Amino acid sequence: MTAPLLEVRGLTKSFGALDVARGIDFRLGTGDRHALIGPNGAGKTTFVNLITGVLRPSAGQVLLQGEDVTALDQAARTRRGIVRTFQINQLFAGLTVLENVYMAVAERRGAANDLWRPAGAHREVTGEALDLLEKLRLQDDALKPVHELPYGRQRLVEIAIALGSRPKILLLDEPAAGVPSAESHIILDMIEDLSDEIAVLIIEHDMDVVFRFARQITVLVSGAVLTGGAPEDVAADPRVRDVYLGEARHG
Amino acid sequence: MGAPPDISAAAAFMERRHRWRPAEALPWLAAVAAFFLFPDYTAFGTQVLIMILFALSLDLIMGYAGIVTLGHAAYFGAGAYAAGMLSAHLGWGEPLTGLMIAGLTAAAVGFVSGVVLLRYHGLTLLMLTLATAIMLQELANVQEEITGGFDGLLGISIDPIFGLFENDLWGRTYYWYALIVLFALFLIARRIVYSPFGQSLSGIRENVGRMHAIGSPVHRRLVTVYTISAGMAGIAGGLFAQSNAFVTLDVLSFARSGAVLIMLILGGTGRLYGAFVGATVYMVLEDELAKLSPEFWEFGIGLLLVLTVLFARRGLLGLIEDLGARFGKAKP
Ligand SMILES: Nc1ncnc2c1ncn2[C@@H]1O[C@H](COP(=O)(O)OP(=O)(O)O)[C@@H](O)[C@H]1O
Ligand SMILES: [Mg+2]
Repeated sequence: MTAPLLEVRGLTKSFGALDVARGIDFRLGTGDRHALIGPNGAGKTTFVNLITGVLRPSAGQVLLQGEDVTALDQAARTRRGIVRTFQINQLFAGLTVLENVYMAVAERRGAANDLWRPAGAHREVTGEALDLLEKLRLQDDALKPVHELPYGRQRLVEIAIALGSRPKILLLDEPAAGVPSAESHIILDMIEDLSDEIAVLIIEHDMDVVFRFARQITVLVSGAVLTGGAPEDVAADPRVRDVYLGEARHG
Repeated sequence: MGAPPDISAAAAFMERRHRWRPAEALPWLAAVAAFFLFPDYTAFGTQVLIMILFALSLDLIMGYAGIVTLGHAAYFGAGAYAAGMLSAHLGWGEPLTGLMIAGLTAAAVGFVSGVVLLRYHGLTLLMLTLATAIMLQELANVQEEITGGFDGLLGISIDPIFGLFENDLWGRTYYWYALIVLFALFLIARRIVYSPFGQSLSGIRENVGRMHAIGSPVHRRLVTVYTISAGMAGIAGGLFAQSNAFVTLDVLSFARSGAVLIMLILGGTGRLYGAFVGATVYMVLEDELAKLSPEFWEFGIGLLLVLTVLFARRGLLGLIEDLGARFGKAKP
């Protein structure tokens, strides 16, 4: 058997006395569509931070196709295909939408090391960035400063930047939360259209989205995996109803 | 015109972004015109051109990459002493190679300090830049035998440029020399800021966290631009040493680091031409107001700086643009 695309072993992290990741084991294979759910503060974002190298774990390993990448920094992991979007937008606020996406494409293609030719002369980079904008229906906003867009459209840019890095593994941290339905439809359609060669992990609170999209679910509570499996099984699990669905019903 | 711009319009914009606009001829025409309009001021004009180059070097790291520094004089001074000592101690008076060595020396100092400094951010980085310049100044102070210490470095004598153009009493030759050097380095700076590398510097300024997330080697990029900027500052320092035939510890002073920072903020950061406006306004005001009284000058520049940061956050050049836009005739 070949090594899984992404494997996480015993991932542990604490902030002082607070254990936010407690020996998490996790796997993601090519083409997987996996949802990570759990109440607020469960450690979902922290888990993404640990996988992508934003945070160093106190213990445990992250393996990419069997290779230990735990010691690699965030940029190196991105270059190997582990790419994420942020729960809170991380955009280049003063730059145009096109420049925001150009940035990611230029890094991936190595064009960003060129300090002599004009950016516009790298047509393959501009072209790819524009294709991504079209895919997310942002083409009409291409030349607007990104901070002038409404929140929902900024959210699309957030995702376009991540796609510009051509992920093998895409980690989406609440991509559609707080987004008006016009844009959330674009986001969900885009996720469904993603190639089968990409593995996707999505953190999402909306159960309709989770059930529409995910083929596997992992439930995280207080930094530990409560349970995981097929959506029907997870939904039927009374413990999940207690900690998560129950809470959602009250909220 | 109601239809939104399509993809090809965006692509075309990207391809045209770096093209020269007619208004970009203005500063250069002004520099040439100033030579003929103010024949008694060419020596002063040369010093203005040198400070424009110094401020331009700062714009690369501060305006584009977002590195705020209080110690940029370290590299100006390194270049000035390199060019000065080359002539004073080794008798090497050829000006162009002297400038090159000034630039390379400062770039080397920039690279070594940058590798360390640029691991830090915010206040720590600011204090480290300040400390670097102070330490370098103290080093120059104690190494009296080679730097002349507090008394300054004497005995600099520069050959005619290309063996042909001797500097005259009014510094006319050096005005052209400085202007041509400034133009050449401006062309390089302009290429850099419009390149994908320059684009990535803006990314680092706008959101360094996201740059890591898209796989950018942030530290390497910063060290690269810091080294280039230091080299450019060193060439400005070299011109300073050659044109004055004299170097004092003042080239490394905190006052000089502060002055170049003020010049750039006055003119406007991250726009290349801000250095031209800021350095010129600063130095002309200094010259005029100081004639009245030194207090006048210090108060004047303080007031101007306050007004700029409060009411013209994008600097005087930004203000000109805004006014131009309001009255319907757009400027660069
Ligand atoms: N950098 C940090 N320092 C200290 N505590 C943190 C930090 N990041 C997250 N936490 C805490 O860790 C817990 C998990 O946070 P997070 O991973 O953001 O949860 P989730 O994404 O599941 O809502 C929360 O209690 C949060 O306050
Ligand atoms: Mg979260």
